[in-house]
Amino acid sequence: MMPRAWWLRDLVYLVIFVAILIGATYLIAYSETYFPAMRYYHRILVMMGINITLAVSLNIINGHAGQFSLGHAGFMAVGAYFAAFLTLYYFGPYVDRLGEGSGQQWLLQNVLLFIAVILGGIVAAIAGYVVGLPSLRLRGDYLAIVTLGFGEIIRVIILNIDKIGAARGLSGIPPWSNFFWVFFFAGLTILISIRLVNSSVGRAFLAIREDEIAAEAMGVDTTKYKVKAFIIGSCLAGVAGGLFAHFSPAYLNPTMFTFIRSFEVVAMVVLGGLGSITGSILAAIILTFLPEALRGVKDFMPGGRDPRMVIYSLMLIILMLTRPQGLFGRRELWDVLSRRKDTIPKEPRDAGDATDKLDRDAGPPVT
Amino acid sequence: MRKLLIVAVALLAVGCPPPSETTSGASGGNEILVGEYGSLTGPEATFGQSTHNGIMMAMDEVNAAGGVKGRKIKVLTEDDQSKAEEAANTVSKLISQNNVVALLGEVASSNSLAAAPIAQSNKVPMISPSSTNPAVTEKGEYIFRMCFIDSYQGASMADYISKQLKMNRAAILVDVKSDYSTGLAQFFESAFVANGGRIVAKQSYAKGDNDFRSQLTAIRSANPQVIFIPGYYNDIGQIAIQARDLGITQPLAGGDGWESPKLVEIGGKAMEGSFYSNHYFAGDPDPRVRQFVEMYRERFGQTPDSLAALGYDAAKVLVNAMSKAAQLDGPSIRDQIAATKGFPGVTGVITLGPDRNPIGKKLAILEVRNGDVVLKDTFEPAGSSAAAAAATTAPTTAPTATTAPAKSGT
Repeated sequence: MMPRAWWLRDLVYLVIFVAILIGATYLIAYSETYFPAMRYYHRILVMMGINITLAVSLNIINGHAGQFSLGHAGFMAVGAYFAAFLTLYYFGPYVDRLGEGSGQQWLLQNVLLFIAVILGGIVAAIAGYVVGLPSLRLRGDYLAIVTLGFGEIIRVIILNIDKIGAARGLSGIPPWSNFFWVFFFAGLTILISIRLVNSSVGRAFLAIREDEIAAEAMGVDTTKYKVKAFIIGSCLAGVAGGLFAHFSPAYLNPTMFTFIRSFEVVAMVVLGGLGSITGSILAAIILTFLPEALRGVKDFMPGGRDPRMVIYSLMLIILMLTRPQGLFGRRELWDVLSRRKDTIPKEPRDAGDATDKLDRDAGPPVT
Repeated sequence: MRKLLIVAVALLAVGCPPPSETTSGASGGNEILVGEYGSLTGPEATFGQSTHNGIMMAMDEVNAAGGVKGRKIKVLTEDDQSKAEEAANTVSKLISQNNVVALLGEVASSNSLAAAPIAQSNKVPMISPSSTNPAVTEKGEYIFRMCFIDSYQGASMADYISKQLKMNRAAILVDVKSDYSTGLAQFFESAFVANGGRIVAKQSYAKGDNDFRSQLTAIRSANPQVIFIPGYYNDIGQIAIQARDLGITQPLAGGDGWESPKLVEIGGKAMEGSFYSNHYFAGDPDPRVRQFVEMYRERFGQTPDSLAALGYDAAKVLVNAMSKAAQLDGPSIRDQIAATKGFPGVTGVITLGPDRNPIGKKLAILEVRNGDVVLKDTFEPAGSSAAAAAATTAPTTAPTATTAPAKSGT
């Protein structure tokens, strides 16, 4: 690729991407009038988009940089609450003053949503920096525990701020988020993630993941890069939170951001394969879709018992037993697909790419 | 790898809901579809189960009597795992995929708050049996509730203590971690002071604490006539035991969070003489209540708690509205629910006010006597400070809602 034209190519891709998203958004809105069940599928699709953003952003921390963080829900909460706070108290009343249903209002609310979500991401990034700087000097299990604790601290802090609803939750947030914005940011997150892993910063992440001491010996400022990964990941989690806060029913409650949600995101990343972006995406899609799809199962059960979560858990166990390294291991979808044509990988980046045998034996990377 | 992809795709394909499901709702055969969402699993599962039992009992009764407009009612129940997000998902599914005509749920206000905007925007009436947060029914004209709200309850208890029991020195021990508790305490305090009483001590604890001695010692030295503890039953027992150990003989008072068979089980003798307000009393001699309790015991083998009673009433009010409605669609059912007046329920005579909350509901004051919970009194705040407090303090904007639990409704 010619160096001068990369931004031009990206711009074309961006325009195409946005056009497709706008088309899809209108198609969904249009079909909802004729096909009411679409409203439910719409909701699941949006949740998928949010979970993709969360999983891919956590993959930067857990997968690429190899730092096992269990505090993702906390950063999501920071972004969600900050963005919601802005729109609820400042942006919302301002937009409401404009005429109902006017084009001006529509434009402004989308611009303000964008600003609120970005600011939510920035505040989450600051939180990530504050949390990351002291705790990323720790390794492995210790880091996991510290991040778990910080996630809970954030939640408890929210629980004690009356202005943002405390235990009763924050309701009445303007429901501005939609399919377009959720998938716009999901696409952005994926792009950032891909570009990052192929950049010098991303290489430093991978080096730290593979061998921290060796990376340090090679001149990589490990703490700096770990904090960087943490900031980027938590910023994107905050963005996902902001979008989540503004999607109908636009209600936030601290109980939504317990460590259980962090585990859900970790499950997505591990299931997809630690370090695999497409794996995280696929796992996020499956793990959002599966519990909803399994709702139908109880109609076939005697006595109205609901085996939904049993089946869900069993599927997770079976998947992890049969593929402990995750669906894709450390590879990406394109690596997998290109193997059909030529068995020799184009760039033997790491052991995971060299042979399937090795990768299978490697198992999930130990942090 | 290819195999895996195929497996993944197959998984997705298998998971796709059968298309028949989407069409079954619209016509519904000859059945009227009513959606119920509740916490059948998760931390609030006991609440959700009781409510579910109450609803099912009411609907089976209605169906046995011929249904509504000659059509049977079918309740589609979805579990929200006590999670607000799941509540939004389930309600979205029930409305758009199953085309239910009305919704029943939830107990926890946080889950009702997540579901209400969806019901409202789809114009599907929703009756929450026992969400006490004022913000729930403020979500729109399609959202109703069957229970009294916390501002009403707190103020009514203050009225009862100061006017009926003629006490004017009260202490408050509040659970700071629970919005329900702080809200109830706040409304109790303002009404009690307005009645000329005095709060001689105000102490706090956090849910999960085991030692309350320092707070209780401080309360003891202030020498109140009654100690108001608006917490949940699991803490109350401990507090009572430690209070009696310290030689505090004054009665303890509380709200509907005390309601549980566990209350006397944990507290034992220490609970004697203490009282709390509740939505109804299972030992009420009223024939309607007696019939309900007997049938419930026969079917589920336990005494119905107030959640079951409220679930039962919610279902009955909905059926009543559906049978009166000209058409079985959202707007006409909504109008009939809103017009509910003097409906004889298990938890009292139900009249829905303009803010879609029941008005003038009586409080059952229950007392622990000889290891049993007995009815001490029924109290109707005669349009006094209680009603006024409920009216003025129920906030109009959701985010600044002053009181009430996010997880409450016990």
